[in-house]
Amino acid sequence: MEQTYAIELKNITKRFGKIVANDGINLKVKRGEILSLLGENGSGKTTLMNMISGIYFPDEGHILVDGKAVSIRSPKDSFDLGIGMIHQHFKLIDVMTAAENIILGLKGNAVLDMKKVHKDIQELVDRYGFDLDPAQKVYTMSVSQKQTVEIVKMLYRGANILILDEPTAVLTPQEVDKLFEVLRNMRDDGRAIIIITHKLNEVLELSDRVAILRKGKYIGTLQTSEATVESLTEMMVGEKVSLDINRPMPHDLKKRLTINNITCTNEDGLHVLENVSFEAFGGEVLGVAGISGSGQKELLEAIAGLTKLSSGSVIFHSPEGEDIDLAKYDAAQINELGVRHSFVPEDRLGMGLVGSMGMTGNMLLRSFRKGKGFFTSLKAPKELAEKIKEDLDVVTPDIDYPVRRLSGGNVQKILVGREIASSPAVLLVAYPVRGLDINSSYMIYNLLNKQKERGVSVVCVAEDLDMLLEFCDRIMVLCDGKVTGIVDARKTTKEEVGRLMTSHKEEQ
Amino acid sequence: MSVLITFIQKAVMQGICMLFGADGEILTEKSGNLNLGVPGMMYMGGIAGLMAAFYYEKLAAHPNGLVGMILSLLAAFLMAAFGGLIFSVLTITLRANQNVAGLALTTFGVGFGNFFGGSLSTLAGGVGQISVAITGDAYRAKIPLLSKIPVIGDIFFNYGFLTYFAIIITLLMAFFLKRTRWGLNLNAVGESPATADAAGINVTLYKYLATVIGGGIAGLGGLYFVMEYSGGTWTNNGFGDRGWLAIALVIFALWKPINAIWGSFLFGGLYILYLYIPGLGRSMQEIFKMLPYLVTIIVLIITSLRKKKEQQPPESLGLAYFREDR
Repeated sequence: MEQTYAIELKNITKRFGKIVANDGINLKVKRGEILSLLGENGSGKTTLMNMISGIYFPDEGHILVDGKAVSIRSPKDSFDLGIGMIHQHFKLIDVMTAAENIILGLKGNAVLDMKKVHKDIQELVDRYGFDLDPAQKVYTMSVSQKQTVEIVKMLYRGANILILDEPTAVLTPQEVDKLFEVLRNMRDDGRAIIIITHKLNEVLELSDRVAILRKGKYIGTLQTSEATVESLTEMMVGEKVSLDINRPMPHDLKKRLTINNITCTNEDGLHVLENVSFEAFGGEVLGVAGISGSGQKELLEAIAGLTKLSSGSVIFHSPEGEDIDLAKYDAAQINELGVRHSFVPEDRLGMGLVGSMGMTGNMLLRSFRKGKGFFTSLKAPKELAEKIKEDLDVVTPDIDYPVRRLSGGNVQKILVGREIASSPAVLLVAYPVRGLDINSSYMIYNLLNKQKERGVSVVCVAEDLDMLLEFCDRIMVLCDGKVTGIVDARKTTKEEVGRLMTSHKEEQ
Repeated sequence: MSVLITFIQKAVMQGICMLFGADGEILTEKSGNLNLGVPGMMYMGGIAGLMAAFYYEKLAAHPNGLVGMILSLLAAFLMAAFGGLIFSVLTITLRANQNVAGLALTTFGVGFGNFFGGSLSTLAGGVGQISVAITGDAYRAKIPLLSKIPVIGDIFFNYGFLTYFAIIITLLMAFFLKRTRWGLNLNAVGESPATADAAGINVTLYKYLATVIGGGIAGLGGLYFVMEYSGGTWTNNGFGDRGWLAIALVIFALWKPINAIWGSFLFGGLYILYLYIPGLGRSMQEIFKMLPYLVTIIVLIITSLRKKKEQQPPESLGLAYFREDR
């Protein structure tokens, strides 16, 4: 029997410059079905869905909706085809009510009849078992209520194909159950649902079928009933890739940091770190692995004194043999003590370097307090800038050339170079090679390895498992803000780390 | 008693200038554009209206008050809307800094008004010689019968056409912003243009229309001053700081047109209060003129202490929107 699919992707390819984000991907979803799209970070899940929702346009391939080839050039085209995408970051207006947000931008009578709108929304809400008051203002809502508004908005606009981008990332377990119930109701009502996720337990619990992407390639589709955690993990992380990073054996280990049961909460009151304990030693590289948003950033910030701890302690064992409780110090003092933070955020320049300043100015950021009285000294930063340019081969026309205009590798070298120039005892780095080409990456690895041999304790957060396995001595895995394991990087396998990264509810 | 009635009348007359300006600025700011060019646009509206009436009365064989009114009204609206258009091109299309563009527009508009005002005076034969008596009288015509009622007539019906027009515009705007689909969309544009864009609203179009129409409405405040308040003549810098008061009034009214109505009368009253307090020295008079600003500051303090979302300015006020910025 010939079956038409609600949406069908044929051979979709999308390139960004040299990077192939999606490579010949095929995907089919039926009406009355929930499909999970599973993959690691950077595997191309969101890119693929953005092509369905009209944000990107595919370079190759076809999209079929209800068996007909369509061309989706804008979010509006996607809307008109009955496709609704719910992004991770909600697009809602805080001072407006749920109902006002839902009807925003729709055509209709010039004068609004809010009573009728409320009634229509209430009907939808009752039909699928949502929990929503149309008259409630968005800014008084919880994250889960806001998500509900987004979903109802799509349904109100007649979406038959719903795409949810990591919908459970911000929800509590109870809210997740509620969401799943609603999604099942919508499936039973004949809508097609695609849910992007990297949580295996959710895939197994909710979906009918699961499609797996890895590094932009389509790996396969399984019936969920035939899938297991092991088979999915294997498909998701794939074979180990050898990178051949020079990794000296750690020697002469000295304890530098003891983290005792730290817990941190974010502004929404959710635990971003929960009872995290570990030790870091001078002379080794401790890798921190985890799906993005599992608490890596918060962990580094907690150590560097940028985030307040709810409980627990961070003890720094200084080279002079003192034990110092870092919670008693602020970020600048912790810096002085020799715990250096080199955080490279996604936009790379955001936290750490000032884009419009040159190298000298950026060096000055760390030393402006020095100098005589009211004046600061430019001499030392200038020398340091020259030295880093020299030692690390930074390609820049001039040390006062705005760093914003330099290539990613050079920016990274300046950032890391500045932090290691002060001979720290602990060096915290996040995503040190993100977006860098191979040569620049090796340059950074060598820099960090040199620090390790000098007896510095390097804590390195990264997303790329292959790199962590080749570069670090030990790997600590975070999942939902909890430590799910600390493994020896020389002995572990990618599958084991991958499993730890996604072992959400197992210990409960 | 009669002093009080005069005071109220004068306060309303002062207030109407500001009410037009505030209405225009509320509409503009609802689209996320902070146009500090309001004082300039009011000058531009005022002089354009005056020139239209002047030339009409000079060239027409038998000038008619109503025709003069319509011509000057159109001229004032279009000229000030043109000011809004300059601001829009600079800030929306070219994404220039809104504060800088607005202040430049004010400097330009004041100079524009004074230049043409001065030229017009010379043409008319000397300072204070401009006369558009017929049009001016038409603007000043009071409501027959009703204005004759003692006290009530004096307070409520003793004004020219523009006063009632201002209040009607304000009420229409309140309805537009609160109860219509376009008003909802405009609010969305000012709060979060990215969200509005994603919902299929043409952000650029809304911003342009709101800023241009808002400019035109503000310009009517200048026309009111020239025609009804000064009776159809021009004095350089005669408009004073009423344009800035209009912007302060927007904040005082918490971006709600209805509040702007009573707020404008309050501001008008405070602005001329010094004339009604006997025995004030010159320095004290200036202090009394500060009162409207002082009240605005107090309102700002109270609202920021209360932190109520509904009482805050549109969230993306003053920010340019570019879809590909993330």
